[in-house]
Amino acid sequence: MTKSIAPMNGLTASANAPLDIQRPSASPARRIGGVLSNQSTALFIVLVVLAAFFSAIRPDAFPQIANVLNMGADASILLILAVGSTFVIITRGIDLSVNGVLVFSGVIAAKAMVAIGGEGPYVLLVGLACAIAAGAAWGLLNGFLVAKAGIPPLIVTLGTLGMSLGFALLITGGVDISDVPESLVLSVGSGRLAGIPILVIITAIVAVAGALMLRFTRFGRYTYAAGSNPEACRRASINVTAHLIKVYSLAGALAGVGGYTSLARFATTTLGGHLTDNLQVIAGVVIGGTSLFGGAGGMVGTVLGIIIPVVLLNGFVVLGLPPFWQQVAVGAVLIGAVYLDQLRRKTRER
Amino acid sequence: MSDLPLIEARGIVRHFGHVQALKGADFSVGRGEVVALIGDNGAGKSTLVRILSGTDRPNDGEIRVNGRLAHFKSPQDARAAGIETVYQDLALAPDLDASANVFLGREILKSGLLGHLGVLDTARMRREAAVAMERLGVAINLSSEIFKLSGGQRQSAAVARAAMWATSAIFMDEPTAALGVVQTLGVLDLIRRVRDAGKAVVLISHNLPQVLEVADRIIVLRLGRTVGQVAASETNVDDLVKAMTSGELRSKAA
Repeated sequence: MTKSIAPMNGLTASANAPLDIQRPSASPARRIGGVLSNQSTALFIVLVVLAAFFSAIRPDAFPQIANVLNMGADASILLILAVGSTFVIITRGIDLSVNGVLVFSGVIAAKAMVAIGGEGPYVLLVGLACAIAAGAAWGLLNGFLVAKAGIPPLIVTLGTLGMSLGFALLITGGVDISDVPESLVLSVGSGRLAGIPILVIITAIVAVAGALMLRFTRFGRYTYAAGSNPEACRRASINVTAHLIKVYSLAGALAGVGGYTSLARFATTTLGGHLTDNLQVIAGVVIGGTSLFGGAGGMVGTVLGIIIPVVLLNGFVVLGLPPFWQQVAVGAVLIGAVYLDQLRRKTRER
Repeated sequence: MSDLPLIEARGIVRHFGHVQALKGADFSVGRGEVVALIGDNGAGKSTLVRILSGTDRPNDGEIRVNGRLAHFKSPQDARAAGIETVYQDLALAPDLDASANVFLGREILKSGLLGHLGVLDTARMRREAAVAMERLGVAINLSSEIFKLSGGQRQSAAVARAAMWATSAIFMDEPTAALGVVQTLGVLDLIRRVRDAGKAVVLISHNLPQVLEVADRIIVLRLGRTVGQVAASETNVDDLVKAMTSGELRSKAA
């Protein structure tokens, strides 16, 4: 009976020894660091340094309220799209279709509002509902094709990018719809509340809601889990397919919101005006620390990843430098960010 | 160990096309017992465990849980019967912390309005996980992501998760295959503690000395059939190897 030696007295001392190698528990300071994650902290510092630099050289132009609000408005539409893309990329997915869906949703909303006619708040709400529904429908299609049919998201969303843009052009005959309600442009597009542009307020609400959802709800937890190890989710009885469909639908719905705000800001459907939004959004999300390999990332990083290129572009313009340098810089940073992420993944495999 | 086995399988047959994976395997495990399932590659161990844990369905044969006929159509069915499985790849989400993994698919929501909005009660899950870990004698940092843990700690987290939710039995496929010596000892102790808590543990392993060390009873499979069973205290590695290769099993007592 050799095996009967162990059970009782081996329980506390020797048994626990190999398992006791506990890491130092997280201090409050480290916890806050964890919320921001190292990458977000670094990005925040980059943002502060950039802002300080541009402000020091052109104190008369860069740090002025008008300029800051302008940057906020510039970042707003991209950020609304990026909130959805953060969820998608955390699941190991990608959504290239956001700008097509944005334009399509804007066209549907414009058509609906023009058809109803008038300027009342009811008209504006119907327009918003139409934009969200149109966007969510494309998202649903994306999610279904990715999760149910198992087609790679890169291909699915490249396909729906072309399809949604194509349908937008078919519906409008290639001519922008510009007779959108003036009340929309005046309220959502250029309106302000306590001095803050409505666009920025809408974007802030979307970003904060997205951040809370990602971090504190079961939906957010499943988003991380599905990107981290889908097989583990399935074995834990989580319906990964249904969850992915929801995530792509959310991204589509937010592209609808983006289409609505674009309509409000530019007073037209901007058929040709969002051609690289999808790439800018993905770049921002990835620079913000969300991993293309899934399972990791966050909304704070995404906000910073979207804002920094906008600040950079604005700063170059204000400084009188060729603004094309912004594209060069963002491209290089994007490659660097993914390389760093790969390095991190490699070291943790060991 | 009560007279009635907790889980009993008789005449389990499973074929995949022309391949006969199981040709009538018998199996039983009681409460508070560690049973090891051994056999050469292709003997049908994994297939049998997949059937008993609801991942696969037999072509013939019957499974009884607590004496009652059971038809597992999915792992969820087996889980509802209190049977948890620790997979060889552990099935953990490396980016989530240990507590989130323990509660994966079983998240506790906050009460009231926040709960209806799907807000997680992270503090409560962490507390409950801590209590379960303490009971099992597993000391891992529950707020640490799984990828930051060592191999042994990950294995412990997976076993502890199964032990926390299993009300009757845990199946483990090669639970120590990827571990070092010290870590292996830790997991084996954990297995004993789970057994001492009155649960049935079923173990697949190629490591015969380890099987002899931790198991109470050993069931030998060969070419899809049960060769026989023997108390771990009444056999040795040589006899087990002989049983696995030739199909003859004798115990010292016989």
